[in-house]
Amino acid sequence: MTRTDPLDVPRPDAQLHFGVFFQGVNHWTVWSDPASGSQIDPANFRRVAQTAERGLFDAFFLGEGLRLREVDGQIHDLDITGRPDAITQLAALAAVTDRIGLVSTSNTTFNEPADLARRLSGLDLLSEGRAGWNVVTTDNAWTGANFRRGGYLDHADRYRRAEEFLTVARALWDGWENGAVSGSPGAPAWAAPGAVRQVRHRGPQFDVDLAPTLPRSAQGHPVIFQAGDSGEGRDFAARNADVIFSAHGNDFDDALAFADDLRRRLRAVGRPEDDLRILPGTEIIIGATEEEALEKKRWIRLQQVTPATALGIAGLLWGLDLSDRDADGPLPKEDPVVAENDGSFGARRIADPRKVVAEWREKAEAHRWSLRETVIALGPQRGHVGTPAGLADKFAHFVRQGALDGFNVTPYLIPDGLDDIVDLLVPALQERGVYRTEYAGTTLREHLGLREPLTHRSTTDRRQAG
Amino acid sequence: MSGPALRLAVELDGDGAHPAAWRRAAHSPDHLLTPRRVARVAAAAENAGFTLLTLEDGALPPGATPDVVGRIGAVERAAFLATSTSVIGIAPVVPVTYAEPFHVSSQLASLDHISIGRAGWVVSEEVRPEAARAWDRPLVDGAAARARESRDGIEVVRALWDSWEDDAVIRSVATSRYLDRDRLHYVDFTGDTYAVKGPAIVPRPPQGQLVVLGRPGLVPAEQLDVALVEGPDIASLTAAAAAAGTPRTFAEVEVALDTVDATADERVADLERHAPWTTGGRLRHIGSAAGLATLLEQLRGVVDGVRLHPLVLDEDLPELSRLVLPHLFARRHAVRPLPGASLRTHLGLERPANRYAAGAAFEALEETR
Repeated sequence: MTRTDPLDVPRPDAQLHFGVFFQGVNHWTVWSDPASGSQIDPANFRRVAQTAERGLFDAFFLGEGLRLREVDGQIHDLDITGRPDAITQLAALAAVTDRIGLVSTSNTTFNEPADLARRLSGLDLLSEGRAGWNVVTTDNAWTGANFRRGGYLDHADRYRRAEEFLTVARALWDGWENGAVSGSPGAPAWAAPGAVRQVRHRGPQFDVDLAPTLPRSAQGHPVIFQAGDSGEGRDFAARNADVIFSAHGNDFDDALAFADDLRRRLRAVGRPEDDLRILPGTEIIIGATEEEALEKKRWIRLQQVTPATALGIAGLLWGLDLSDRDADGPLPKEDPVVAENDGSFGARRIADPRKVVAEWREKAEAHRWSLRETVIALGPQRGHVGTPAGLADKFAHFVRQGALDGFNVTPYLIPDGLDDIVDLLVPALQERGVYRTEYAGTTLREHLGLREPLTHRSTTDRRQAG
Repeated sequence: MSGPALRLAVELDGDGAHPAAWRRAAHSPDHLLTPRRVARVAAAAENAGFTLLTLEDGALPPGATPDVVGRIGAVERAAFLATSTSVIGIAPVVPVTYAEPFHVSSQLASLDHISIGRAGWVVSEEVRPEAARAWDRPLVDGAAARARESRDGIEVVRALWDSWEDDAVIRSVATSRYLDRDRLHYVDFTGDTYAVKGPAIVPRPPQGQLVVLGRPGLVPAEQLDVALVEGPDIASLTAAAAAAGTPRTFAEVEVALDTVDATADERVADLERHAPWTTGGRLRHIGSAAGLATLLEQLRGVVDGVRLHPLVLDEDLPELSRLVLPHLFARRHAVRPLPGASLRTHLGLERPANRYAAGAAFEALEETR
């Protein structure tokens, strides 16, 4: 339980931040267990958000997919599917929570700034400064088939549109001066004359002229989240985001390299290197002993990777329909096929399938693994497994070394999957001094320890901070 | 009066129906957009016994520069209120002149899930050309074009609500299948200005289809569950309701009541100094609570319900709650909604069959009763 010697670490006082991601999609959420609840019942959203709030989490997070996933032109039927509109669900949760941040994943390609910025402002006001926006940029025509404009955007333009979208959104959020709305009942005008500025913007993506409908919230702007991992995505985050999600949260060296890379990119755009919170997505499996935790992991993986899911994941790697094979038998003998990517889930093939299949074959042979065992061992990996004390030591090391600022946790079970983390891991982290014992502020921006929104800083502030 | 007891709805946007209503509100302007105030007004309406609350909206802020007033989106307010209320129906106003029908369908289906079947949708239009500039879309010009966008939008939204059959989630452990994909349907809509593929990303709403309300003339009758009919007097309302051709009709009624502090006439006159309360040809009652109760009694048998538009919420809602609604309930001219029932049930509307489902399990259950 001793704290690491502060002199040995770059960030002796760093605090771990947790978010919870109610996924509503993917095989990582177990649905076959008797304890697995409805994915649409509002009581389960409330339960998870309130559990996270009890655990002093920074944020409750919802994803978005604007078309149901398909494999080879058929709706993918193996995973949990069907979820509520994120902002609508979060506005409902604003009424039954009072501290936790509420983060919506919303698309910049198939939304318009006036509408989305206003919806986010509404959420921010109804939650009194707890809204966040995870900016995503789907561009394919397959998704566009559900929208008025269809698949209109070139892949190369997706971040350009996102960035211009953010520019317009921020102008709308800044459209009302602070204190624009009168605080006295007998005021001569609802809003001070001249305090609301018309937003006119003309650029390659948007040509708008409108009156912003809402004043600023308690946190100024909704907090901006971003999840891109490509160089372009990371640069976008360095220029625009307050928080970045990543897939770099399992291995310490990988996490540190990712964090160092982002710090470099932040310096390059003139932002302080502590201006962006890094919250990798993860799964956390807890046991009373290491053995118990590993046994629990094995059980969870078997629930997640059902025989059909194993064949589905292998099918994506091979580029073949393997659904009629035996998951408990050997790996397919065929060579993988490299297919076109139309943007649908089933088209997201692996970059170099021949190399991966060769590796899988070698290891499966050495360990005498079936196809399903191979998928569990070598397929998509994630997460941390251990005892509360072991995990707390590990996470304290990660955060004090500056490898990350926390995790966005995906529970493997809805609605109870967060209970262990809140009841067992959080106290262990608190004992080590790396986790808050109460909320210090009321807004999401305050929970994350962020500075004011980027557009509210003077040039001098930015230079000094850098 | 004969006919079934009235269902009562109330419009709760802003501080009231008058454009200058905020000047007589019991709070300062900066409280209007707080969660406490939004919840308090809805709680007052629910406790009074209203069956439905509606929330006006549009892309442009209410009030023109320099008298601009802030407004939180109706869907966000409705979702927030779905959790802070438990019985009252909740219907946001959502125009589909420029909005994405796919998003609108998802938002409203989600609202019905969140409220466990208490949601409705008031369809309206974006009339002002500034809305097109805000949305960054080509102007939808003229009444016919706007009606086309509403018609197509409702068609898509309703089709998407049916694109999941009620029993699409099967959780078949033996076959590893969460869904029966045969119970999900592409809507494959192609209209004059756009196409939508589907299916929805949100499971079918608890009510099957939300209660859709709108003005006849703007929206085809066969797309509406409730026509919001207008007329300056009972005779014209009777004619409008008879011509509506919808399962239910609600009369629009604007009200300003006498209060302890001022008569209704004085209150209206006070606000008229700042802005006119233009009449859109709706029935309007300015006067005593008893007079309003008598007027509403006369509407029984003419329409199935009324939607009240109070002049100033902080002044008129307490009078409605204290004097008017109890009077109507006591004489069974109107009914309070029962806890645990859907909005469709409150309005006596059937849960509709799914257009895509052939012999679905839920219909079979109905037949065996």
